[in-house]
Amino acid sequence: MALEYDVVVIGGGVVGGAVARELSRFAVKAAVLEKEMDVGFGTSCRNSGVLHAGFNYAPGSLRARLDVRGNAMMDDICRDLKVKIKRIGKLTVALDKEDEATLHRLKEQGDANGVPGLELIGKDRMQQIQPGVEGSLALYSPTSSIISPYGLTIGLAENALANGVDFHLGQQVASITSLAGGGWVLGTKAGETFTAKVIINASGLFSAEICRLAGISDYVIYPCRGEYYVLDKRLDGTLKALIYPAPKKNAPGLGIHLTPTVDGNILIGPSAEYLNASEDHSCTADVMKELRREGQELLPEIRMTDYIRNFSGIRPKQTPPEVGGNKDFVIEDRKDVSGFINLLGIESPGLTCAPAIAEMVRGMVERHIPLHPDPSFNPVRPGSTFFFSELPAEERVSMIADNPNYGEIICRCEKITKQEILDAITNPLGARTLVSIKYRARASMGRCQGGFCVPRITRILRDEFGWAPEDFIKRSTASPLFAGNVRSVKGGGVR
Amino acid sequence: MNMKNGTIPIICREVVVIGGGPAGLAAAIAAREAGCGDVLLIERDRILGGILNQCIHDGFGLHTFGEALSGPEYADRYISKFRDLQIEAMEETIVLSLSRDRVIEVSTRGTFQRIEAGAVILAMGCRERTRGAISIPGSRPSGVYTAGAAQNFMNLENIMVGKKACILGSGDIGLIMARRMTLEGATVEAVFEILPYSSGLPRNIQQCLNDYGIPLHLNTTVTGIVGTGRLEGIRVAQVGQDKAPIPETERFVPCDTLLLSVGLIPENELTREAGVDMDAVTGGAVVDDSFMTNVPGIFACGNVLHVHDLVDWVSVEAGEAGKYAACYVQNGSCALPCLIPVKPGDGVRYTLPRKVSGERDFVISLRVAAPWRDRSIVVRSGEREVARRKHMRLHPAEMIRIDLRKESVTGCSSLEVVVE
Repeated sequence: MALEYDVVVIGGGVVGGAVARELSRFAVKAAVLEKEMDVGFGTSCRNSGVLHAGFNYAPGSLRARLDVRGNAMMDDICRDLKVKIKRIGKLTVALDKEDEATLHRLKEQGDANGVPGLELIGKDRMQQIQPGVEGSLALYSPTSSIISPYGLTIGLAENALANGVDFHLGQQVASITSLAGGGWVLGTKAGETFTAKVIINASGLFSAEICRLAGISDYVIYPCRGEYYVLDKRLDGTLKALIYPAPKKNAPGLGIHLTPTVDGNILIGPSAEYLNASEDHSCTADVMKELRREGQELLPEIRMTDYIRNFSGIRPKQTPPEVGGNKDFVIEDRKDVSGFINLLGIESPGLTCAPAIAEMVRGMVERHIPLHPDPSFNPVRPGSTFFFSELPAEERVSMIADNPNYGEIICRCEKITKQEILDAITNPLGARTLVSIKYRARASMGRCQGGFCVPRITRILRDEFGWAPEDFIKRSTASPLFAGNVRSVKGGGVR
Repeated sequence: MNMKNGTIPIICREVVVIGGGPAGLAAAIAAREAGCGDVLLIERDRILGGILNQCIHDGFGLHTFGEALSGPEYADRYISKFRDLQIEAMEETIVLSLSRDRVIEVSTRGTFQRIEAGAVILAMGCRERTRGAISIPGSRPSGVYTAGAAQNFMNLENIMVGKKACILGSGDIGLIMARRMTLEGATVEAVFEILPYSSGLPRNIQQCLNDYGIPLHLNTTVTGIVGTGRLEGIRVAQVGQDKAPIPETERFVPCDTLLLSVGLIPENELTREAGVDMDAVTGGAVVDDSFMTNVPGIFACGNVLHVHDLVDWVSVEAGEAGKYAACYVQNGSCALPCLIPVKPGDGVRYTLPRKVSGERDFVISLRVAAPWRDRSIVVRSGEREVARRKHMRLHPAEMIRIDLRKESVTGCSSLEVVVE
């Protein structure tokens, strides 16, 4: 039996989630199909977590318009969805005359794009904003910000779910067939069937493949990997603002730099390396060495013990390595293939643009099906989606008195309480992987990398949720954590 | 106390020990026995004993009790004494912060409170170095564990972490886990060690690897982790003298589990927060001969101070710290002016303490920088030889302790410890 929908969104990343939430404002039957076991397992949660101001993109481009709009929408979104955001601003720094010319050009471009508050500032102002920063001139962009990419991606999806959008996790689309009278049938690798009047392709790295399934062969995606180092919170507070080098012509990214995260870590990265495979999230010895070198140069206080983790994310680029640079997003309501809305090549600044893309997509959907506002739409994400340890002590005392689980610390590095772990385990999307708990509660993201908390989380899942060793998976059923019990336990009750 | 209105409860204790492992237990007992009636021990786990609880192998207590105990048995000797002395303990309690004036914030099920301490003994132990800390390249499959976490899963949670394992690092926990996994039916392919010698105790090499035919590959490291879901294998390569992998020696070893036993990091986040001066070599606090840090009333002992090889020495050292902490609260201070610096010289990686008063007997703990045969450890003050200890073999894995009487350093302005 096929599940019938008005709109099916393919891909549960930040763009898919934003589109789903936008559609949930209306009385329309919508679903998100996500091939992974949780939302945000692709590029959406593997990036710098930066909201861009919008001066890097050519006036009139989709990226220029959507970035400025998306950035401006984020305060309301983060308040409603309880997502961590810090409006710390950014210095794009010139080290030579060529860079200075670039900054003048970027300032004009940004002004033309409607970026608020852009200023070219000299050494004194630069030092006030970030003591010790090098360079002769900087472009200061106050709307450049840092955000929790996990919080945003999951928050959008959970709010869409709460407002009636269905999320089907672990459903990889394998076939797309158009129906004679209009509309689509989607088949998944797991053997499920879905029908839709309108399909929205928000599948990131796989957007060209999804196009081909629908008979569109215009596009190629070139995966381009960026590797990062995560640094210990010891260095929290070192960076007062985002500091970027002036961009170089035809570089595939914005250059290796240091980015503070909303949680108090610092990221070194990202590198840029074109790949043959879309899902190779490896980190490589040569790049790691280069990142350490560059990080040390930018921040000499970094010690060996400050490196706590590596990760990588993959940009869905439309430009091949021999061309370099990047191309504007494709956001199109296909005329030749009716009812197929295509979102392709959404690389940086996709995180910033996501809510603005969603508004644009809503307009496109409206051409196919009538959208009547749903009066029951609630933009506010319920539940306790704060980090307990960041609350004032007095508030924590009262909350612990009401709920003893807030007194029990499970992740000692990040000071995550048992109640926060329980909330993550029982998340409304029903994502039941260890990474799902990590993305929601931050447990195991600290300096011990789960050595302390993972055994404790395991105990909670076993004792309070009845999990057997084989139920524990890292990201998917292909990544089991354990190989059964050491000894079989007879008689029950004893372990 | 009414917590509903958000007032933070405050209690006062004379000596507060942070950590209920071997160091914390011995420190609390010693403080109590030195006459301090108001000792509180804070432990984050459900039970006292710390990491000893998951160390179900034997070999603990040979020096102290003259018998080979298991970890839990060794812990029990101290826990029984702790209970007999009716020392107060807060279990399942985590210390969130420690200030320079010794105010401790703790969180436990149902309560959050502040404790004002007359003296604080830091006994938090250490954590394991992770994959991220040593930057192993490759993908991120499941099946990569630190050896201690794997030991926790196997011995405390009855969970098998894998069936076919490799181990990186020949530290003691890695060696113990090689044997443990073999005994429970897993295959352990090999142990790889980047150094030209093992960083574990010789008895563990014999009893955990040789006795089970598990090969130890020295000068070899893991250069890549392979697998998209579960670990499929690792790439290993020999390293040159610069510790850099030699590409032509790289090979693939199939396995579903990689255990990391690549070092321990003293857990000193609270220590730093309190403004305590740190030693870059040990990763622990700088202390004087009473185990007090530069912050008056804050003491440190055990693995949080420097990583020990044997728990017996942890207990001995913590006992000293406990005694001096009690003295501090009873007399206002026990510190004597420590004007004699102790420096590591040729062949010595570190010495602890780094300064002594010379007005009481003391112990210098040290580790050598490389393995040697038939050498002596010599303590000197300029041209004058203060002490000399002959060793048939010296090994960086072993901690060396030199007992010195105060008379032997009379008139010394500084001390240097060297290997000759």
